[in-house]
Amino acid sequence: MKLGKPVNIPVYKLVHEFRSDPSKVFEYIDSVYEVIKKVEDKIKSFITITPIETVYNYVDNLIKSNKHRIDRLKLFGVPIAIKDNISTKGIRTTCASKMLENYVPPYNATVIEKIMNEGGVIIGKTNMDEFAMGSTTETSAFYPTKNPWDLTKVPGGSSGGSATAIASGEAPLALGSDTGGSIRNPASFCGVYGLKPTYGLVSRYGLIAYASSMDQIGPMARNVTDLAMLLNVIAGYDPRDSTSVPIKQGVDYVDELYKLYYKEPKLRIGIIKEFFDGSEEPVRKAALKAVDVLCSHHKCSDISLPFPRQIIASYYIIAMAEASSNLARFDGVRYGIKINLDNKSWDEAFAEVRTRGFGYEVKKRIAVGAYILSAGYRDMYYIRALKFRRLLKEKFDQIFKSFDVVVSPTMPILPPKLGEFFEDPIRIYLADVNTVVANLIGSPAISIPIDFYNGLPIGLQAIAKQFSEPILLYIAKQLEDRTGFKDIIASV
Amino acid sequence: MSSDLNLKTIIGLEIHVQLTKLKTKLFCATSADYRGGKPNTHVCPVCLGLPGTLPVVNRKAIEYAIAVAKALNCEISDKIMFVRKHYFYPDLPKNYQISQYIGPGFESIAKNGYVKISVDGKSKIVRIRRINVEEDPGRIVYIGSIEKSPYSLIDYNRSGVALLEIVTEPDIESPKEARAFLEKLMAILEYLGVTDPGLEGAFRVDANISFEGFGRVEVKNIGSIKDVEKALNYEIIRQKRIILQGGKIERETRHWDADKGITISLRSKEFEEDYRYFPDPDLPPLKISKEFIEKIISSLPELPDERIRRFLKQYGLDEYRATVLVLNKWLADFFEEAAKIYGNYKKLADLLITDFLRWINEYNIDYRKLKVKPEHVVKILKLWDDGVLSVKMVKEILPHVVRDGIDVEEYIKVHGYIRIVDKNYIQEVVAEVFDENPKAVQDAIENPKAINYLIGLVMKKTGGKADPQITREIVLEMLNKKRDTGS
Repeated sequence: MKLGKPVNIPVYKLVHEFRSDPSKVFEYIDSVYEVIKKVEDKIKSFITITPIETVYNYVDNLIKSNKHRIDRLKLFGVPIAIKDNISTKGIRTTCASKMLENYVPPYNATVIEKIMNEGGVIIGKTNMDEFAMGSTTETSAFYPTKNPWDLTKVPGGSSGGSATAIASGEAPLALGSDTGGSIRNPASFCGVYGLKPTYGLVSRYGLIAYASSMDQIGPMARNVTDLAMLLNVIAGYDPRDSTSVPIKQGVDYVDELYKLYYKEPKLRIGIIKEFFDGSEEPVRKAALKAVDVLCSHHKCSDISLPFPRQIIASYYIIAMAEASSNLARFDGVRYGIKINLDNKSWDEAFAEVRTRGFGYEVKKRIAVGAYILSAGYRDMYYIRALKFRRLLKEKFDQIFKSFDVVVSPTMPILPPKLGEFFEDPIRIYLADVNTVVANLIGSPAISIPIDFYNGLPIGLQAIAKQFSEPILLYIAKQLEDRTGFKDIIASV
Repeated sequence: MSSDLNLKTIIGLEIHVQLTKLKTKLFCATSADYRGGKPNTHVCPVCLGLPGTLPVVNRKAIEYAIAVAKALNCEISDKIMFVRKHYFYPDLPKNYQISQYIGPGFESIAKNGYVKISVDGKSKIVRIRRINVEEDPGRIVYIGSIEKSPYSLIDYNRSGVALLEIVTEPDIESPKEARAFLEKLMAILEYLGVTDPGLEGAFRVDANISFEGFGRVEVKNIGSIKDVEKALNYEIIRQKRIILQGGKIERETRHWDADKGITISLRSKEFEEDYRYFPDPDLPPLKISKEFIEKIISSLPELPDERIRRFLKQYGLDEYRATVLVLNKWLADFFEEAAKIYGNYKKLADLLITDFLRWINEYNIDYRKLKVKPEHVVKILKLWDDGVLSVKMVKEILPHVVRDGIDVEEYIKVHGYIRIVDKNYIQEVVAEVFDENPKAVQDAIENPKAINYLIGLVMKKTGGKADPQITREIVLEMLNKKRDTGS
């Protein structure tokens, strides 16, 4: 298939081209839509694709209404794919659930406003695990998404559609959300870069909540600089989100990244022993190779993080408890699926709406979450999980006194076959151990593509202390240079 | 069993008061002044609980709550924590209410306070268990009645309006005490300027009532102080009858039907509902600094107890009169305006708390839209003092003045209270009075102040119609004659 224009040009170059000749935006959009036309049926990255005519009109307006400030728009003309749990005014936002199949938000999430203010172009809403509950994008109520590197494998999740859209060339940038690894896991399985920012760095206003105390929106891209560019646009204090952190404005993550990149400071890197030992051999080997690359410049040593099972238990207890509460509002009264209410009590009506509207995994987590919070069990589960979370945070506060970054494989396994995970749900949950840590402690974490094994990507995860995104971008950029995994697109 | 059951009544109240003086709702910037608005026009994504929206605390609501806590003598928490209280109901858009809770790891904004009340001249303390800040749900509207309505309509205008939930200890022992407590509480809230108790639905009460040793009944959602008293009286009779018949009082929740004046069973309360409280992760705890609290306390307005004390001192009123005036803030304000131009404070207070207040209530006049002004009342009092108006006439004229705010003198002219100006006629009446009251005449000769008594007698004889100025002149003239003749 011949493309009018190669789609793998990095965004930082695209924006320059678009600024000097805005008509190139249309050319690029044509190439992106050609890719979509070619691969979408096989991969199913999207739930909703913006019609190309709508995009043309949008870009027309964008150019006309910003004539004198195109040079200042950080994402001028750049198509972006948005995970379908981020509210987009006028574009249906389904969370990959039957419950919200026809829900069209009347408002934009803060991140969407920010992207649009910087000239970004929303080309569609990506597939995900239903309400972000899952790590394979198979719990989507509509269809599973396939891994573009191997269509028999899962793309990871829950931001699977965002990862595959980038990996296959359907979009150069995407937003995901990450509650326990939902950006990093699919980034790792699809060979792209994904960053979960510090809790509170990016506004959650408009993100349909799964577990509010851990949810973060984050950027996904095919190279580190693009990742930093998108982070630049979405980060910052938002008075509409009380958990958003009022830190100093105007940090330029691209500048910060390159400052470190050229200065090359030596970092203290901790290698989480248990997370390497607990990984499949090909993953472990690849991750150790990447660590070797890092250790040739930085100072590395092993660290120990015991209690992996307690980490998983605490994470799932907190996530499910919060989910059972956050998802209570889906009752079919104001939005969501409609049922015949004749001769039904409210309780009966709610039960029927929720039975029909939610999928199995969502119902399971709501039920377990409600149980966890009920009188008599709350102390046994929820309060203990919070206590463990606090201890884990303290442990990491200690670790970050001696280390700038800790690393591990992003996922302990290679992308599994479609359907494989349903057979062993506990194994699915346990595979999240490496990623959930960052959400429990509120730290930023990045997944960096480092290698392939049998054609399947492998990612390395780096975690740093809160608001240390530049450090994560810096070591990602170093690895990007060494491994050459930059702007690669899977040929589907 | 004796029919005169002498059991102790135990009453505890849970009061929900809207902070109606706030401009916006508790967690969003939508206008809180929803009354009279078309259904679902005072809403935004946040108070509709749309997916992805987040609450942001209204700082002013916290200030108000702290002021209330202080006025109710509570311990004020050093941090604000919100919890989610879960229950499914269509008027609750998120199917959880953002509220507060006391428990391990949870705190209400305030606890352990008290209110002093006075009933039949006896004062007592009603303890406040806690105060919560929380959001109001929306409202379900039925066409006709709940049974006949073919569907339910939901109006979310009220959804998210800031509420205080004030819970007492079970210290109240009679419906009368409950009423006295609520009157005092509402007066305090009104003096603080946090709520307008006159607004429909601004205030709802759940009352728990039991006889010592028997099951507790909760009467939900009572809309006025009078209805609380009525509902409690009804429950006392109902429960007593059951006890006398040897029955058992079931733990249950009842509904007060204000139209029929009865309580109706809603559901039994065998099981405590499990609200699955947990801290709202969208609202991290807010530290409240000592300075912040101090600043609020230092700018508190004069509260009812202080004002009562001041009324005793400044106007020489007794506790009863001062209390009735002060607990009706607008009436106390009216009193103080009138007191600037009229010196007989006791007489002024008496008129206001008896006939004046009675007619206000009789005509169902909204005190915020009063036509009658303090000067009108003072004019009546002065005419009364001057003997122009008799008590009877005052009582006759007052309702019209109260209702229409008309000028008294004008009214007297228009409504046949035509003054008699015929000097000869008045002279005859004065002579009659002098003959009948030689002692009063003597008093008046010795003490010019006593002249008013004689004028009053003349007025009485003429049904208040003799021209007061002419009467005064003639009385003075005749007194002078008497003095001169020395008889």
